[in-house]
Amino acid sequence: MTGEVAISTDKLTKRFGDFVAANEITFDVKKGEIFGFLGANGAGKTTAMRMLCGLSIPSSGQATVAGFDVYRQTEEIKKNIGYMSQKFSLYEDLTVWENIRFFAGIYGVPRSEIAPRAKEKLRQLGLYHQRNQLVASLPLGWKQKLSFSVAVFHQPEIVFLDEPTGGVDPVTRRQFWDLIYEASDQGITIFVTTHYMDEAEYCHRISMMVDGYIKALDTPTALKQNYGAESMDEVFFELARGAQRKGD
Amino acid sequence: MNNVSLESIAKSFDASKPPAVKDVSFEVSDGELFGLIGPDGAGKTTLFRILTTLLLADEGKAKVAGCDVVKDYKQIRKEVGYMPGKFSLYQDLSVEENLNFFATLFGTTVMENYDLIKDIYVQLEPFKTRRAGKLSGGMKQKLALCCALIHRPKVLFLDEPTTGVDAVSRWEFWEMLKRLKTEGITILVSTPYMDEASLCEKIALIQEGRIMSIDTPMAITAAFPKELFAIKAENMSQLLNSLRDNELVQSVNAFGEYHHITLVKDSGTPDAFTDRLPMAIEWKTIEPTIEDCFIHMMSA
Amino acid sequence: MKQLFIFIKKEFKHVFRDQKTLLLLFGLPIAQILLFGFALTNEIKDSRIVVADYAGDGASQQLIERFRQNDSFVLEQSLLGADDIDEVFKQGIVKLAVVFPEQFEKSLIHEGKAQVQLIADATDPNTATTLTNYAQAIMRDFQVSYLGTASNLQIEVVTRNFYNPELRGTTNFVPGVMALVLLLVCVLMTSVSIVREKELGTMEILLVSPFNPLMVILAKAVPYLILSIINLTVILLLSVFLLDMPINGSIPLLFAVSTLLIMTALSLGLLISNSTNSQQEAMLISLMGMLLPTMMFTGFIFPIENMPVPLQVLSNIIPSKWYYIIVKDVMIKGLGFAAIWKETLILFGMTLFLLVVSIRKFKTRLA
Repeated sequence: MTGEVAISTDKLTKRFGDFVAANEITFDVKKGEIFGFLGANGAGKTTAMRMLCGLSIPSSGQATVAGFDVYRQTEEIKKNIGYMSQKFSLYEDLTVWENIRFFAGIYGVPRSEIAPRAKEKLRQLGLYHQRNQLVASLPLGWKQKLSFSVAVFHQPEIVFLDEPTGGVDPVTRRQFWDLIYEASDQGITIFVTTHYMDEAEYCHRISMMVDGYIKALDTPTALKQNYGAESMDEVFFELARGAQRKGD
Repeated sequence: MNNVSLESIAKSFDASKPPAVKDVSFEVSDGELFGLIGPDGAGKTTLFRILTTLLLADEGKAKVAGCDVVKDYKQIRKEVGYMPGKFSLYQDLSVEENLNFFATLFGTTVMENYDLIKDIYVQLEPFKTRRAGKLSGGMKQKLALCCALIHRPKVLFLDEPTTGVDAVSRWEFWEMLKRLKTEGITILVSTPYMDEASLCEKIALIQEGRIMSIDTPMAITAAFPKELFAIKAENMSQLLNSLRDNELVQSVNAFGEYHHITLVKDSGTPDAFTDRLPMAIEWKTIEPTIEDCFIHMMSA
Repeated sequence: MKQLFIFIKKEFKHVFRDQKTLLLLFGLPIAQILLFGFALTNEIKDSRIVVADYAGDGASQQLIERFRQNDSFVLEQSLLGADDIDEVFKQGIVKLAVVFPEQFEKSLIHEGKAQVQLIADATDPNTATTLTNYAQAIMRDFQVSYLGTASNLQIEVVTRNFYNPELRGTTNFVPGVMALVLLLVCVLMTSVSIVREKELGTMEILLVSPFNPLMVILAKAVPYLILSIINLTVILLLSVFLLDMPINGSIPLLFAVSTLLIMTALSLGLLISNSTNSQQEAMLISLMGMLLPTMMFTGFIFPIENMPVPLQVLSNIIPSKWYYIIVKDVMIKGLGFAAIWKETLILFGMTLFLLVVSIRKFKTRLA
């Protein structure tokens, strides 16, 4: 991890009428850092993430993602990030190879580079022989690993992962985190949300959102010390129990 | 007779693919809180649908509350409560309207069984005129539970009630289930979260359509065949890699703050190889969790 | 019974709380009636014509005056030469020219016959035919009043239009629109509302309840049956008061056969919902599978008699074709049940068939 900053926000706020979904969020994420973005349902995680991905214009405050401004340079931001969520990731009715070709094409990976890089990635994942199979026919765990690989295929500066491991079996979940670590070692910044508290421990730093505010932000170890807690579960309970909002 | 029993149940949807569930047998006794634990695609929903008479099994027999799921399906439909995995209420009807609708559908009234849902419903009461679609995730889940309980079912099936719900709401939900258990309702609940296993009286671990183990959570963890160590160092990913390369280490899995490892036979404790690791470590002996057991059984 | 009642109540709530559905349900028929009644009719109003009067006598002036007063025509200008006619046609505004030869009145009185030349812009042959027909009708009238007899005019009018002497399009369109709207709305609504329960997951709960699945079907059908009858009433009121469309036959009979068509549509909707799993799919099938064949094969846009034989045979399986025949007979010709029993029987048979198939196919389980 270098000292370079990948994401920087300063009092970033999003209002929907009277409702303040995200309230003066301020934090920095370093290049190559695995940043866990936690919070109860309705705390404002999705809103914050949308602003950072250039999908939603903030009401006030400042933020840069990969050096680009979230107000004016949303197109540049979109070119320099990868995104993967549990809900949407790949086209089920296209083959593994077609999916890679398609997403690489969208992100402007040069044609000549796509095939060799895709080959290498698929070999790494052990999916090379399945390259002409429809994604729909793959087991869930493989789909998730594949869609992560697709999300970082264009070597983005930052990849946003929205509950990437929901419902995945415990062995695949760990393999998935191996991929995350690998990407982080290559200097890709990881911004991840999860409901599994043990996964929160794998992050370099964690932010905890409650009712639109960032209530805590530190390394897992420091957080546990500060709250006198044995596990991240307890830290989460301590912080989220007082939440007023329980929306979606 | 509120029990549930399955005998060699198998179901396949697509002949070219492995079966969704295969040779599943287990029993749930009266008033038990039974957990079906496994990842997505393990066959949990298929089993629940067979038991709630929504699907016909290819092979095997199953009984719910003393009734055969094929022959007596009409009787079963009167006596079970079912909460499917997706939020399944009418979004454009209010909380009250949803509850009244389901009560009437089951030939009862909200008042008749109010004592059963009272604890849950008081939390919903302030929003009773709000449309279900406008409720928060936790509230929707509570309303769905109320609707599934409104006819005082003998057996309650909850398919992944806590998926996508944050840790606090999940915990509240399990508290509600414990209270329901005291009413004598047999509860079958499925979940992909291993940490919820310890909240059940009895669990079945399911993976790729097969039951790997059925017992009490205590008995399952007690049956873990090896001594388990938790080990940590400054750089955890480096530690993970060097443990993987270590021939004395049989299995190593990241578990949050620690890595959990088992050693090959007769290797004693991690002290046997600490000097060979490139960093200082800290270790302790621990009791295995359900997740340790699940991983162990998956690799077996 | 109480279950059924609350279920029907729920269905009504779904409809009334979804503004878009409501708009579709009641906006569509009104829009269709207005569209077909005014905009898309083959009836011609205010067509611009020119007159070249080489006679300039009393008879020609009277005849021109009649053209001027007719709703169908707007007298654009009087011309002199044949070249001018060609010129105005090229501009595309004028569709018909009426040319009176010299000594028009004299020929008419003395020889008992005279010639009037009608020149139509036949780029659109339908319009041309209609316009010349209108013009002929005007001249025939003129002849009758001018000579007191209908004989001997050079231009012989052969076209006779039963039941629609003024060549009004509305008489064809209203029964067609009724068929289209009833089918579309009912098929679409029932299929979508059942599939929505599947999509939401509520179908699973409904199945795992003591409520008889056949009751689900009934409960879904009742609201749309009622709403469709309201729809039908609106269409008829609009036709009578806005489009001056007569209802010559028995109104109860009209409603009875319409109810039969609604039943056909409901069964079709049910059939579609059985074999689809998403609202999108159901909507697409309902629209593509209903709209196109109904438009094509009902007979109110394209006359079935003019189609190739295989298509004529194919049109027999379209329920709206039979309904269209029935409605025309009852509404316009004022005929009674004796005249339509055959068509009604066919429609009834279709409904029964569809209903039986869809109920048998309705699953009491998920797969």
